[in-house]
Amino acid sequence: MKSRARFLKKIYIGLIFIFMYAPIVLLIIQSFNKSKSRAKWGGFTLEWYRTLFEDAGIIQAFTTTITVALISSAVAVVLGTAACVAMQRMGRRRKNIIMGVTNIPMLNADIVTGVSLMLLFMSIGMQLGYGTVLLSHITFNIPYVILNVMPRFNELNPHVYEAALDLGANPVYAFARTVLPEIMPGIGSGALMAFTMSLDDFIITHFTTGAGVYTLSTKIYSEVKMGIKPEIYALSSMIFVTVLVLLVLVNRVQHQMVRGEGDEE
Amino acid sequence: MNKNSKATLFLGLPYYLWAAFFIVIPLFMVVWYGLTDKTGAFTLANVLSIMRPAHMKALILSIVLSLGATVVCLLLAYPLCMFLVESQKKADSFLVMLLIVPMWMNFLLRTYAWQSILEKTGILNAFLNAIGLPSQHLINTPGGIILGMVYDFLPFMILPIYNALEKIDVNVVNAAHDLGANGTQTFTRVIFPLSLPGVISGITMVFVPALTTFVISSLLGGGKILLIGNVIEQEFTLAYDWHLGSGLSLVLLIFIILNIVVSTAFDRAEV
Repeated sequence: MKSRARFLKKIYIGLIFIFMYAPIVLLIIQSFNKSKSRAKWGGFTLEWYRTLFEDAGIIQAFTTTITVALISSAVAVVLGTAACVAMQRMGRRRKNIIMGVTNIPMLNADIVTGVSLMLLFMSIGMQLGYGTVLLSHITFNIPYVILNVMPRFNELNPHVYEAALDLGANPVYAFARTVLPEIMPGIGSGALMAFTMSLDDFIITHFTTGAGVYTLSTKIYSEVKMGIKPEIYALSSMIFVTVLVLLVLVNRVQHQMVRGEGDEE
Repeated sequence: MNKNSKATLFLGLPYYLWAAFFIVIPLFMVVWYGLTDKTGAFTLANVLSIMRPAHMKALILSIVLSLGATVVCLLLAYPLCMFLVESQKKADSFLVMLLIVPMWMNFLLRTYAWQSILEKTGILNAFLNAIGLPSQHLINTPGGIILGMVYDFLPFMILPIYNALEKIDVNVVNAAHDLGANGTQTFTRVIFPLSLPGVISGITMVFVPALTTFVISSLLGGGKILLIGNVIEQEFTLAYDWHLGSGLSLVLLIFIILNIVVSTAFDRAEV
């Protein structure tokens, strides 16, 4: 009886996994499909993985996506962490106001954030394009950094920093040696989250980009009606498999580290 | 020390200015455009245009589909998280991570892939026919859009519920058993109330993007099914009527604010 229940639970978990991965498996299969039509299988080919690198449009969209994600998460880390430091010295009410504003982009619908930024850029006469996309991504990335770094500060013992000052360290040195190591994990996870959000964003980019500037998302959206180029499947499959392998490796290493520590005891 | 903390306060200045300029002012611009006409005079016409039959139909359809998708997500995610937490194995946190990994494949492509699965001559129907079941017509129907919403937003429901369930102290559950509670009682009186914050935040995280999406309906609705998100998107990118688009965005904002108020009220009640 009990083993039957366990079996049913496993089936249930398995079904959810099939549901989540079916489209992804399909896209990866599609990237090896000789036929350009997604309806029929025309035989196995690696053609699209080769022509991909000759397609200037796709390469440009990929470069734009990656540079926007890298620059926006880096700027967000600097501005967000500095704001967290400043908020430690602040009264409760002012801190609450700033955290309230910080929550807006996360709770708001992306479509409203997108059109609000578009209205701002258009009314101050900025040309929509790479710059406006970058500004928008920084804007929605900062909250992810702050929400990851802030809890680290709350766990921090402030006396260690003060002790460093009393012992003659200047504020910058004291910060770098006592506070920074403690908040580093928060900065790391905040940066990773910001990078992921930027990479996957479509809606806000859709409203704030201009003629000729595409990220992978907006490029795919513009091609949906005519049929997506198989090169896009090839590129996305490569990105996906790379990330999957990296995550599995990181997980393995962590696992081994935990086990290694266990052995020493 | 005093001088020092003043310098520290200045560190936050770039972000405060950034937030004021790129978060607060843009929202006020939506409000301003939504409440004025082309001459700049005050009007409620943009907001009230939600009463037009076409807009009203889109809004109601959005509410129905997003509520449906939220319920389905909850019903799928809760048992899943229970099963994953129950066995208490290291491998299961890896499984949870694997449920998040699909988000690394571009979400437009993943949604688009459902077209090939749901099509009349698609994979799902080929599979159903092979095992002797009749074909299902899902593509370009509201059901297909709910499926797309569930697919895209399920991880947002899984994560908070899993985290809430994982934090529950096993001793509390064991105590309930020792005190004579049966399985159902333990669940309704102990486990579910303790997981409620996770459930509430899951609902919030699924409902808002589902209510306001225009991508899923345009990819899986064949352009025939308009949600309120599609109407707003078209006002901005096709009709260039920023005033009307902003007015309708204000209607959406009302729903978003309601959603936040309800969820924080639940949170308070919990504490």
